[in-house]
Amino acid sequence: MSYCRQEGKDRIIFVTKEDHDTPSNAELIADDPNDPYEEQGLILPNGDINWNCPCLGGMASGPCGSQFKEAFSCFHYSKEEVKGSECIDNFRNMQECMQRYPELYPQEEDKESSSQGESSSGSDSAAPSDNSALISESDSTPAAASSDSTSPTDSQIAS
Amino acid sequence: MLKCRTVWKKLAPLARSSSTLCRQNVKRTGLNNGRIPTCVPAANMSTGPGGLGGDNLKYTIMVGAACVGSLTYAYFLLKGDQKRYQERIEEITTRSQRSSKEEAATVQSEPPAVEATQTEAVPESVPEAAPSPEEPSPPAAPAEEPAAPAEAAAPSETTAPPPADEPVVEAPPEEAATPVAAPVVEEAADSTPASLKVPSHSPYLLIGGGTASFAAARSIRARDPGARVLIVTDEPDLPYMRPPLSKELWFSDDPSVTETLRFKQWNGKERSIYFQPPSFYINSEELASAENGGVAVLTGKKVVHMDVRGNKVKLDDDTEISYDKCLIATGGVPRNLQVIERAGEEVMKKTTLFRKIEDFKSLDNVSRNAKSITIIGGGFLGSELACALGRRSTESGLEVIQMFPEKGNMGKVLPEYLSNWTTEKVKREGVKVIAEALVKSVTCKDDKLEIHLKDGRLVKTDHIVAAVGLEPNVDLAKSAGLEVDSDFGGYRVNAELQARSNIWVAGDAACFYDIRLGRRRVEHHDHAVVSGRLAGENMTGASKPYWHQSMFWSDLGPDVGYEAIGIVDSSLPTVGVFAKATAKDTPKAATEKSGTGIRSESETEDTATSPVASVTPLPPVAHKDDYGKGVIFYLRDKVVVGIILWNVFNRMPIARKIIKDGEEHADLNEVAKLFNIHED
Repeated sequence: MSYCRQEGKDRIIFVTKEDHDTPSNAELIADDPNDPYEEQGLILPNGDINWNCPCLGGMASGPCGSQFKEAFSCFHYSKEEVKGSECIDNFRNMQECMQRYPELYPQEEDKESSSQGESSSGSDSAAPSDNSALISESDSTPAAASSDSTSPTDSQIAS
Repeated sequence: MLKCRTVWKKLAPLARSSSTLCRQNVKRTGLNNGRIPTCVPAANMSTGPGGLGGDNLKYTIMVGAACVGSLTYAYFLLKGDQKRYQERIEEITTRSQRSSKEEAATVQSEPPAVEATQTEAVPESVPEAAPSPEEPSPPAAPAEEPAAPAEAAAPSETTAPPPADEPVVEAPPEEAATPVAAPVVEEAADSTPASLKVPSHSPYLLIGGGTASFAAARSIRARDPGARVLIVTDEPDLPYMRPPLSKELWFSDDPSVTETLRFKQWNGKERSIYFQPPSFYINSEELASAENGGVAVLTGKKVVHMDVRGNKVKLDDDTEISYDKCLIATGGVPRNLQVIERAGEEVMKKTTLFRKIEDFKSLDNVSRNAKSITIIGGGFLGSELACALGRRSTESGLEVIQMFPEKGNMGKVLPEYLSNWTTEKVKREGVKVIAEALVKSVTCKDDKLEIHLKDGRLVKTDHIVAAVGLEPNVDLAKSAGLEVDSDFGGYRVNAELQARSNIWVAGDAACFYDIRLGRRRVEHHDHAVVSGRLAGENMTGASKPYWHQSMFWSDLGPDVGYEAIGIVDSSLPTVGVFAKATAKDTPKAATEKSGTGIRSESETEDTATSPVASVTPLPPVAHKDDYGKGVIFYLRDKVVVGIILWNVFNRMPIARKIIKDGEEHADLNEVAKLFNIHED
């Protein structure tokens, strides 16, 4: 059973697991998905890409930012059957730019090929994971760095 | 021109010495020639007629030739310098007309310029080699770079003569110039990122090179394609993150960590404390002409004056930079105790005010050599440093003392029962904690410091670390005419972080209006990131208020790790809901959790918890009052304004939501259920 104590102005409650088994009756206000003040996820309510999303790390702001934006926009708005198939040139430009900055975008063969493969066959929901493939280790973010971390970020994106 | 002066200064003693020798020899020969008949006995020793006189003559001629040679050389060098200076001035005035195509041309003209220096230096005399790289490059845009190597080559050429012997003064400059010019050119080219010239205008000017500034730069670049951002900082370093300086860097196994400044994150991956490597940034000279814009950092320059009406700032070297939009992210300076300041230089030398990379390096050094270190201050920084040094003390026998006026560690943040519990944990880390300690005076005796407390206790130590708060840097308030807040300190800004039409403030220095929690000033890393990002968004036209609550975190040893959000002030009434300790709840489980927790919710940069190397699990505590894990709510007028997640992780979004709602909850135990504290 829970145990409660008061120390001056501070209240201390000890609860067991059973105490917390019943669902909470605390009321939370429903979130407005179109709230302009809220931090947005990768895709804005109007369908545009949020280039300032923390999940992108420094991709959109670094030296290859414009190439990245072109490539990713092309992919995002692509209506082809194989999504992004017309964006090969943009991705190639981006890759060439990134090769000029090996410190910022470490060149790893499997990362490159997987990002190419994913970008041509993935869907919008796979976009965050695309970024995790593209984002380099040196510019690490909790979102992209490992699979463990993608779930909290996603929940934040969803909220 | 300065270089000319240094060259002349270098030459002057040489010229003087050679000329005095000249004079002496001339005098001697003169003496001999004129007075031999009368002064033979006196003159015999040093000089004499006949054979000795002949040698003397040769010597005179050689020295005379050397003098003449060096004077000619100096003359040509000065001439060359003047010519270069003129060309530079011309180049600056016509620079605005250059296009980026010429920039590409320079890249190609540089290698031939280098080769030209090499091949031409040998056959021709040195002074001609200096102006020759100028010829292919003046028409090109950043001719600064060829000019820099030429200039850098020149001082290196001049440093060659003084060490050389006098008679062979002429030959070495030419030979030395060739091999020296090549590596020097490369060195100079590499070092030009440490900008030589200050740009006269930048559309986005960020004053201060810390976390808030970098977050703003990133935000601006993301939202305004091709934006040109200039960061001006008085530190010598590129933007870096501070939390590892008092946490992860101390737990690193790498002995060269003070040089590499790399640490291991919670996921095992290593990274540097610098947000980005130097290749991310562009040179400030290239800022105006870069096709896609970029972020340039001007290090070692301080903004001393701000002209708001004229939209420009003045640096400490009297150069002016005009801007379209400006961010002030000057952070703050560590506070010092008055008793230490009054105690004199001896005491000040043994005191560290911890904030920057250099402070970390010096404290690391001290911790290896000193026998006893005392930390004054019981807040975040003081307690973290105490725990970090305490861990070191187990290996090295270093005595670590922490003293503060409160009753327990984090006394101003945690409710009393939790503060006491935490203090016990800190003591277990090897720290001698002296609570309720007010420092009366500090003296230096026999190379040791003596701290006299008001209650009569005396503490003897080798070094003091003062962690007693941060003074926000509002130096520009006067010249800019910006308001300073009297309650919290810092520049007063509105909910959108704006001080004046084109001026925003973010980070530690901003006293802003939080729509939910009221006016406040926050000194945490995540707030710097969130506010910096918001300022960047507003500078690019967003007009968003401070809405996304920032969080903060701290780790004090393997048993205590917490994340917090909102107003966490121990003077507020609190309600703490803790999981009752069962056999399964051990501190070890909590440390494993802290290995997977995500600390920084803003996720702009990865920040880590302390990697726990090896922890012997303490026996399961059956004691009722073990605050292993739980949630603490801070209330103001019955509304939750702050939450601490005590050894529970990955729940920050729920905490943020509760604060955002700002509702009165009748039963906080029900709210606590939302956090599932019994689960991992």
